[in-house]
Amino acid sequence: MSKTRLLHGQGLGAVRGERVLFRDVSVSAHSGELILLRGANGSGKTTLLRQLAGLSETQAGTIERAGLHHWIGHTNGLKAHETPRSHLRHWAKVWGSKRDVGAILKGIGLARPANVPCRMLSAGQKRRTALARLALDDRKLWLLDEPFNALDTDGQELLAQRIEAHRAAGGAVIAALHGASPIEADIEVAL
Amino acid sequence: MTAAPLHSAFRSSASEAWASGAGLLLPLGFFAGTATMVPFTLGSEAELLSRVGPGILWLALALSSMVTLERVFQADLQDGALDLWLQDAGSISLIAAIKTLTHWLVSGFPLVLLTPLIGFMLGVPSEKMVPAMLGYAMGGLVFFLWGGVAAALSASVSRAGLLIALIALPLYVPALIFGVQMVESGIDSPSFLFLSACTLFALGVAPAAMGAALRLAAE
Amino acid sequence: MLSYLANPLRFMRFSRLAVPIGFALGIVMVGLSLYNGLLVVPPDERQGGDLMRAMFTHVPSAWLCMGLYAGLAGASFVWYIWRHELADVAARAIAPIGAGYTALCFITGSIWGQKGWGAGWHNLILGDSRLMSVLVLFFLFLGYMALRAALETRQKAARAAAILAMVGIVNVPIIKVSVDMWQTTTIHQPSSVISIGSPEPREEGSGMNPVYLQQLLWGFGGHTLLAAAMIMMLMRSEVYTQQADRLLARKLEGA
Repeated sequence: MSKTRLLHGQGLGAVRGERVLFRDVSVSAHSGELILLRGANGSGKTTLLRQLAGLSETQAGTIERAGLHHWIGHTNGLKAHETPRSHLRHWAKVWGSKRDVGAILKGIGLARPANVPCRMLSAGQKRRTALARLALDDRKLWLLDEPFNALDTDGQELLAQRIEAHRAAGGAVIAALHGASPIEADIEVAL
Repeated sequence: MTAAPLHSAFRSSASEAWASGAGLLLPLGFFAGTATMVPFTLGSEAELLSRVGPGILWLALALSSMVTLERVFQADLQDGALDLWLQDAGSISLIAAIKTLTHWLVSGFPLVLLTPLIGFMLGVPSEKMVPAMLGYAMGGLVFFLWGGVAAALSASVSRAGLLIALIALPLYVPALIFGVQMVESGIDSPSFLFLSACTLFALGVAPAAMGAALRLAAE
Repeated sequence: MLSYLANPLRFMRFSRLAVPIGFALGIVMVGLSLYNGLLVVPPDERQGGDLMRAMFTHVPSAWLCMGLYAGLAGASFVWYIWRHELADVAARAIAPIGAGYTALCFITGSIWGQKGWGAGWHNLILGDSRLMSVLVLFFLFLGYMALRAALETRQKAARAAAILAMVGIVNVPIIKVSVDMWQTTTIHQPSSVISIGSPEPREEGSGMNPVYLQQLLWGFGGHTLLAAAMIMMLMRSEVYTQQADRLLARKLEGA
């Protein structure tokens, strides 16, 4: 399978206040790769990831993107009044996806709480709802910020499987992690 | 952006507005409650009430817009929904405009429907009702638009209510003035034209400012 | 000249001299206008007797406060588009000075009108459309400063405030129109400064006594210099603070 370059960030840097978080960092993602951003709290992993996602302005350097990506941040992007089903339906409509929301929810273990408002879900269920978005649309690149947070062991296994499947299909994943990694990485960027 | 995402945004925002205000209960309750206090503070002299009443209702409309908007963008920022909107190729200004519009429809527009009732209670003559309702409708929209700009700018500040009020106050002045004058002088007056112009101007400028402010807030 | 000063180093060198000179000249000019205006010039009974002497501070500060808001918006625009640091420093400095002049304008205007046009205090404050616009302008400045103070990082505060300033400046004409319409019977002075050029001043108070105009011009020049000096002084202190922050940050990193 030919390796396409999905994202190329070069010479990236970030300043918070007057403090330099990181400088001259380059990240390049090709199909099938898993890149982990490692570092202590406050080292700038989230900032770098947000720059790669286009959420934060690049203060230095350039980023080339080959297409749309999936973003799962620290927070889940769930509104309090939404249910997992309505959340997925909403974004499916926004992204123009015709996938079966019910099947996706079943696959990620949210069949039972599918119609429960998000404010009544547990942290792990909310995380699963956010991760369910990954199945809504075929995007080659996944940018994940602490994706394993709040997941129980089943959930972590499920996510690890999904990531492997995504890599095998030619996609790439850039994830920021601060703890032990349940998955083997190709490249580790230490901040 | 095509229609379906906008439609979905509209529906999502409308359910959010409905859910956070207990449906129409909170906005209508605030407005009616303020109107009820007017005779208590000003006395029940009919002459005075019918002159001052509309003005106080305008203030209630302005305040309730600021209170409603405080959470709108802050919630999106805090729960990460803003990040998702920013990912899309679509325009965040358009989404912000839709959110403001839906919140006005849920929290601002119903007050217009309540106006005849309250106007009657305060002794506003019936020929002034239609201009009053039209004025409140347009003025309310302008309040929500500029209040939305203030709320978007303060999205990352906790307990930003007073800050939003301070920022929005000068921006509310024109609509306030033209709106009250329109109630006085009716639809054929220049105030109506000016208020319409204000509304169009706000529709043009405010969403762009909200978009820029929201992009800033997400960083 | 602005692009010459855009270089921070050149600005610091320029302002080192400009600030004290500006203060000195400004104080002299303002002092002259006030001395003449308050003590020497004969009072104009039609415009309120002795109280109209407040005009010599009121009118210059009226021009200045509006000009300063325009300056704030301009600096914000430059910073927002070109991200030139000094523009943001300038905007940050202009705000409190502008707010101060706005307050000065409002207070002296209220003093002037108090007995001057036969109105009581509150009649004047509420009854004069121009003074009410000045009050609204004061809140525009205040909102700007409050927003800057509320946001945490300097970058974010600067960008948000810049957006607000630009939104504010496009609203200013509309606010003026609306406040003018609000008080259809204004008791403010019709603009009497402009018709000074006419050879003999007409009877009914249009056109101003040239003696007054002189003091006004001195006052305007002096206050402008004072404002510029204060703004540059604030800018200098901001530049130093930022440099100190950077040094401290570097020290913390052990670089």
